[in-house]
Amino acid sequence: MSKVFLDWPAFPTAAERATKDEQLRANVRRATHTIRAKRGALAAERPDWQDLRDSAAAVKDEVLRHLDTYLEQLETKVREAGGVVHWAQDAEEANRIVTGLVQETGETEIVKVKSMLTEEIGLDAALEQAGISARETDLAAAIVQLGDDLPSHVVVPALHRNRTEIRDIFRREMGRHGRPAPDDLGDDPEELAEAARLHMRDKFLRAKVAVSGANFMIAETGTLVIVESEGNGRMCLTLPETLISVVGIEKVLPTWRDLEIFLQLLARNATGERMAPYTSSWTGTTDGDGPRTFHLVLVDNGRTRALADPVGRQALRCIRCGACMNICPVYERTGGHAYGSVYPGPIGAILNPLLKGPDDTQTASLPYASTLCGACNEVCPVCIRFTDVLLKLRSDVAEGDAEVKHPAEKAALKAVAGVMRHNPLWNAAVKSAGRAGAVLPTDMNLPGPLHGWTDSRTIPEIPAQSFRTWWKRTEGGTR
Amino acid sequence: MSAREAILGRIRAAVADLPDDPVEVPRAYLRGAPGITPGDREATVELFVTRVTEYGATVRRVPEADLPTAVAAALDERAARTAVVPDGLDPAWTAAWKGQVRRDVPALSTAQLDATDAVVSACAAAVADSGTIVLDAGPGQGRRALSLVPDVHVCVVREEQIGSALPEVIGRLDPRRPITWISGPSATADIEMIRVQGVHGPRRLTVLVTH
Repeated sequence: MSKVFLDWPAFPTAAERATKDEQLRANVRRATHTIRAKRGALAAERPDWQDLRDSAAAVKDEVLRHLDTYLEQLETKVREAGGVVHWAQDAEEANRIVTGLVQETGETEIVKVKSMLTEEIGLDAALEQAGISARETDLAAAIVQLGDDLPSHVVVPALHRNRTEIRDIFRREMGRHGRPAPDDLGDDPEELAEAARLHMRDKFLRAKVAVSGANFMIAETGTLVIVESEGNGRMCLTLPETLISVVGIEKVLPTWRDLEIFLQLLARNATGERMAPYTSSWTGTTDGDGPRTFHLVLVDNGRTRALADPVGRQALRCIRCGACMNICPVYERTGGHAYGSVYPGPIGAILNPLLKGPDDTQTASLPYASTLCGACNEVCPVCIRFTDVLLKLRSDVAEGDAEVKHPAEKAALKAVAGVMRHNPLWNAAVKSAGRAGAVLPTDMNLPGPLHGWTDSRTIPEIPAQSFRTWWKRTEGGTR
Repeated sequence: MSAREAILGRIRAAVADLPDDPVEVPRAYLRGAPGITPGDREATVELFVTRVTEYGATVRRVPEADLPTAVAAALDERAARTAVVPDGLDPAWTAAWKGQVRRDVPALSTAQLDATDAVVSACAAAVADSGTIVLDAGPGQGRRALSLVPDVHVCVVREEQIGSALPEVIGRLDPRRPITWISGPSATADIEMIRVQGVHGPRRLTVLVTH
């Protein structure tokens, strides 16, 4: 059964579990540090890196401002080029449309190009219920699928696995889904990639239907673009008779020329390469080359909800490069699963509450899954100000219409606000804190609902004298 | 209301707080490769050769008259015995090779392609900065499957096809055609972020730069 993130614990609980898994921490640390170094070198190689980022952010802002017009233009152009366009408001509608399209072909095994959107909507599970087996062909996505696991990264979904674990999964599972792995399969990455090549090969050659996402859609021409490394994308886009691309509505770009910005940013920032090995673009169908039938399913699933948030809408600029998770000190220690979503890391901490609304404890915990260090702001290729959005979402959770509040924090802040507004009271409070600090141990645990604070922190040492008292005594430090 | 109308309506309501004017897009980024004087052809070709080599491909600069022997050598050193050639490829390029040349007319089946060792193709354009060759299914390139299924790809690039960087090249291409940008052989970094060359696409890429 294909797994989805369901009934997931809130971030602090999931993170506590994850941080105790030393194997996981070692795997995530090794992978994120490797990719950080590569990315850093290739971004530094461009003297115009900031110019590219500024251009990318502006193009995306223009797209979001006039998204209705661009989508209508895209739809017209895809139709003119022989494609069929479908619209889906939510995951259920998208899954129903795709399932129906596959059923029309009569096929029961199809191939897939890695797509985070199809993970987001739980497409594999929906197809499985209809008796259709969707086989992932991207190496990392296949590792996740064969291991009955969940993705933990948007670029490398199996980032949390090391080579030995992958070898064990291949040995155990490949034979149940086609060509088995060799009995003496070792854990050398080259050997593992070769096993995947052989396992997938006859699936590609036989497949009649493929499902993909897309990195970009060009409104002016109706062109779709996929950036990949292995060639599994090219196989799926070229060999089957029917191609179904399921894409979020925010993935549109106005013009073909705009690709000169995004194709220079994406691979550098995602995998530390100047360009990924393969970038494919296609417009509708082409006689004698590739699929004869092309369906484009445009999916909202909360994107218009995110678009309505004046601060949060910038999250829809995201091109899923994964750099924010690779640089994040929280992600490095918890891995992706702790975020309970196919979108982990800083982008997940803002995108999930924006798409779904922070109305359950799991989603409402995500804006707090950050130290606000701002490293993600610096590496983002489309200049998303993560920390601004995190703070906005925290205030939504604490004060807004969200059904889930943090009652202790809210009550505490309210009490503090009352005291701070009242000068004599505040002075008295600060003075007494100084006196208390002299007798309280710093490793004590606070009682009641405040224990959450001291579970993971020590109380800071409280100076014997308050700043105000010191200022008065020394006349502003002059005596 | 249809899903289409509902989504478009929600979009319009969501951005109603923003001014309707188009967002101005700055385009201050470089048009050419950093470090290359615009118009310096030799430096551009040299950069292309360096970058493609860094991906683990084999690159050779060959005068046009020597192409037939260079193509034959490229196929032989990969031990290819059969090669498919797209429609429109200069027959002279494969004339010196002793192996079996298969034309894609009528179109070969996927199984036949899978049983073919190599493909020899031309290209539509190339990018020096990123070490990329671009195929657009034009003459000498053929349909996309030809440069995908066989395990060895020998691609001929004419020097004048090499642009300095992506902004210089993208305007030359027609997006209505199926386009494949190839930057080195098939690869993956999905296992511990370590680059492994050769997964589903051709594992061996030889680029012959000719003038």
